[in-house]
Amino acid sequence: MTMDSMPTRGRKRRRNGGVGPGLRDFPTFKAVSYLVFVFLYLPLVVVVAYSFNSNRVVSVWRGFTFSWYSEVLGNDDIQRALFNSLRIGVVATIVSVVLATGLAIGLLTMARAGRTFAWTLIGAPLIIPEIVFAIGTLALFVQSRIPLGVNAITLAHIAFCVPFALLPIRARLRGVDPAVYEAAADLGAGEFTIFRRMTLPLLAPGIVAGALLAFIISLDDFIVSYFLAGPGGTTLPVYIFGMIRNAVTPGVNALSTLMLVASILIVSLSYLLARKRR
Amino acid sequence: MCLTSTISEEPLDASAPALSVRDVTKTFQTPEGGQISALDSVSLDIADGSFMVLLGPSGCGKTTLLRCIAGLESPDSGRIDLRGQRIDNMPVWRRRVNTVFQSYALFPHMTVAQNIAFGLQMDKVPGDIIKRKVGESLDMVHLSGLGSRKPSQLSGGQQQRVALARALAKEPEVLLLDEPLSALDLKLRRGMQSELKRLQRETSITFVLVTHDQDEAMAMGDQVAVFNDGRIVQVGEPREVYLRPCSRFVADFIGEANVLTGALDTYGLVIESVGFVPRDRLMPDTQAALGQVHVAVRPENVSLQLDPVGSAKIIDVSYVGGDMRVEAVAAASGTAVNAAVSIVSRVPSQGVQPPRIGDRVSVSFAEGSLTVVAD
Amino acid sequence: MKAPWSATARQRRQAGQGSWWSGLPGVVYLIALVFLPLVIIFVYSFLSRAKLGVGVKWQFSLTPYTELLFSESLSGGRSFDPTYLQIIANSFWYAIITSVVCLVLSIPIALWLATRAPERRTALVFAVTIPFWTSLLIRTYSFIIILNDNGPINGLLKGIGIIDEPIAMLYTPFATVVGLVYTFLPFMILPIYASAERFDFRLAEAAYDLGAAKWTVLRRIVLPSIRPGIIAGMVLVFIPALGSYLAPELLGGGKTSMIANVIAAQFGASRNWPFGAALSVLLLVITLLVLVIFAVVAKRASRAAGRGGWEALI
Repeated sequence: MTMDSMPTRGRKRRRNGGVGPGLRDFPTFKAVSYLVFVFLYLPLVVVVAYSFNSNRVVSVWRGFTFSWYSEVLGNDDIQRALFNSLRIGVVATIVSVVLATGLAIGLLTMARAGRTFAWTLIGAPLIIPEIVFAIGTLALFVQSRIPLGVNAITLAHIAFCVPFALLPIRARLRGVDPAVYEAAADLGAGEFTIFRRMTLPLLAPGIVAGALLAFIISLDDFIVSYFLAGPGGTTLPVYIFGMIRNAVTPGVNALSTLMLVASILIVSLSYLLARKRR
Repeated sequence: MCLTSTISEEPLDASAPALSVRDVTKTFQTPEGGQISALDSVSLDIADGSFMVLLGPSGCGKTTLLRCIAGLESPDSGRIDLRGQRIDNMPVWRRRVNTVFQSYALFPHMTVAQNIAFGLQMDKVPGDIIKRKVGESLDMVHLSGLGSRKPSQLSGGQQQRVALARALAKEPEVLLLDEPLSALDLKLRRGMQSELKRLQRETSITFVLVTHDQDEAMAMGDQVAVFNDGRIVQVGEPREVYLRPCSRFVADFIGEANVLTGALDTYGLVIESVGFVPRDRLMPDTQAALGQVHVAVRPENVSLQLDPVGSAKIIDVSYVGGDMRVEAVAAASGTAVNAAVSIVSRVPSQGVQPPRIGDRVSVSFAEGSLTVVAD
Repeated sequence: MKAPWSATARQRRQAGQGSWWSGLPGVVYLIALVFLPLVIIFVYSFLSRAKLGVGVKWQFSLTPYTELLFSESLSGGRSFDPTYLQIIANSFWYAIITSVVCLVLSIPIALWLATRAPERRTALVFAVTIPFWTSLLIRTYSFIIILNDNGPINGLLKGIGIIDEPIAMLYTPFATVVGLVYTFLPFMILPIYASAERFDFRLAEAAYDLGAAKWTVLRRIVLPSIRPGIIAGMVLVFIPALGSYLAPELLGGGKTSMIANVIAAQFGASRNWPFGAALSVLLLVITLLVLVIFAVVAKRASRAAGRGGWEALI
């Protein structure tokens, strides 16, 4: 089956490229697709557009201004929240990438049962409702007397950053010809040298891509951070939630725009790295 | 040398061979829980400075033997000695043996020069010497000037040369080559064959090459070891293996052969459906028990003469290169159809009146051309 | 010479490729911070409410579960109370509507994407994933502006004279569903796209050649081929939609609570941790049941495609 499907695949890829007299197209599909793209990007565009709204009432457009940005950037609370978010994001990223790299390598040689178990654990944060994960971690920390705040959030973020860090690293690892390690050993390299001079450099783009994804996931997380924040652990999303809840000012839009821009830049970078030619 | 029974425990030469493999056995678990014997008590001596080719069909164990010598697999039992020193329990990175991998396994994140330097760095060779040796290695494989390229910027043939240079730069006692030419196209492969022969002569390093391509084996090896089902079935010079195959398997696997069945007596051989063949058609020193035997004969030693009452009928004529390949079926009158014997003859096509399909012919063999083979 | 066993045999012991124990720290960490919280939630759901409401009292109790169906009056009498059943039913209802709307929108765009030229296709698929990587809180919040009485949609409709009075959209179930659909749309598009991309469009050509019309080809040839992607997409949308918190919280205006909002309330203002834990256990059980049902429906296809969906996202 694989024998004859392989050449067809190659041909199919070329032929799927929109040749033929529209036989592959279905009426209205193009229109629906365009609408979906509008739908997907509308909220982002609206937030950005309204961040320049000079009206104090968020949803009524009056005129153009940059003032919300300077107001937001000058706010001490926001600076503190930003600092918390960055600190959590950086630590969670580093730890989750280290754990994920170990997992990616370990998964290759694990026995079948171990692999299934590990995959269940890795996939769990993606399937468990976030609220359950959040209050479960809260209960765990309260039970084990770990104080809430920045460190508690960091510990929880690491857990759900692992799967996001893992996937690009694993994809990269699977693209490496295993004979490369054998060749290194054959040429006289020991286990540690192989790890340092083969595994790490070969995985580097995947590790960086995974780190960037882990960082955005941590930066953008709201629910878990909200429950674990405690008095001093307010992160940017938690702060924004407070702004939305209490008094919506266009400052929210300015702050949100900055976060959106940061996320999009980071994910694009990660994307480019992952696609980089080996 | 036919390996139908046991091999002598002592090396054949007085001088120790470069590499000696004794009774090496390796069994793999299949995913379904079964066991596959990849190497079944394999013994082999490889003379210093020789070019040994391990030849056999897919899955016959030849690559497993290569990987056991390299240290990438460990044998279940048996021993491997390199210049009299036991190496089968030594880790890969300490063996003075290097490998050219089938996929080349070039380090994609390093330049060509860095690839070649890697092995020398592992030996803690001083930097200036590494630099010199890398330059020499690149010259040796005609890649001077490409040292700063990445492997992905090279053609398949060039990558192959880098893999060679990288392994040879360490000046190993034995160089192992795992189907090194299989990824190259036919024309490039021919060029690389003579290139490899040249390198082997110039460096006088012992080469052990694995291949499933019998032409390649014949063209390159000083010695050829033929593998089948985890065992070595015959070792010898290419010419000897070609002309005197030990078994039906070797005869069939290397080149084209007619394997016929007959009854041997003191005067000669009576071949089923073909007829009597005088004793002098057999190899001069044939020592086989009288009675039923199998004999192998190469197509170029078979001649078919037009003969209205001949025992065979031509069923196919084709041209292979400059040769004409004629296939005939011999069936003694009165025998059942399934007793018919197919015989292939091969003669230079120049100046010969081509036979036609359906012509009746008689079959004869060149002097000393029939070899008795095991079934 | 690739014998069938050689790949596995090589994978087992690979020179210099590290070994299974390098995954150990990760596994231990995830046991501590993914598995253990679930265990604690399970334990908490059988304990009593603490005096001050934060934490639990270590006394076995089934009250958290009976509270799901009965309310306890001050005098101690119990009466049947359908409030929470209603919320659970609501959650299902929203999750179903969300899945169906996502499906209807995703099939056209997934097929459209799959028939673009390869270079353009990669860029477009990336464009679908970008919103996913931005803050969900901000994206959800944006609908407060969009659906507002004075927002752009009402403004536009008023501007072209279709309506005189703004349509109340914000803080309605409609707003919640819009938010949910928006949140989970990529999770439906990507797995269906992954299936559609593997679809051999020459099959469709063969069907045209045999005289089928466009919609027949879609219904009889294309849709059955992308079924694994559809099933995977349903799993990836339905399950998280069921446990959604932000969209009902911000857009529903308290009128459209889903299970997650009730859970959050128990750990917040209502201060009834054991009951919140019991609701969480219930949500987890429902999640697992739904997973099992989908797995049975799809046999192995959904799992493979499900993972494919996640990898397509990243």
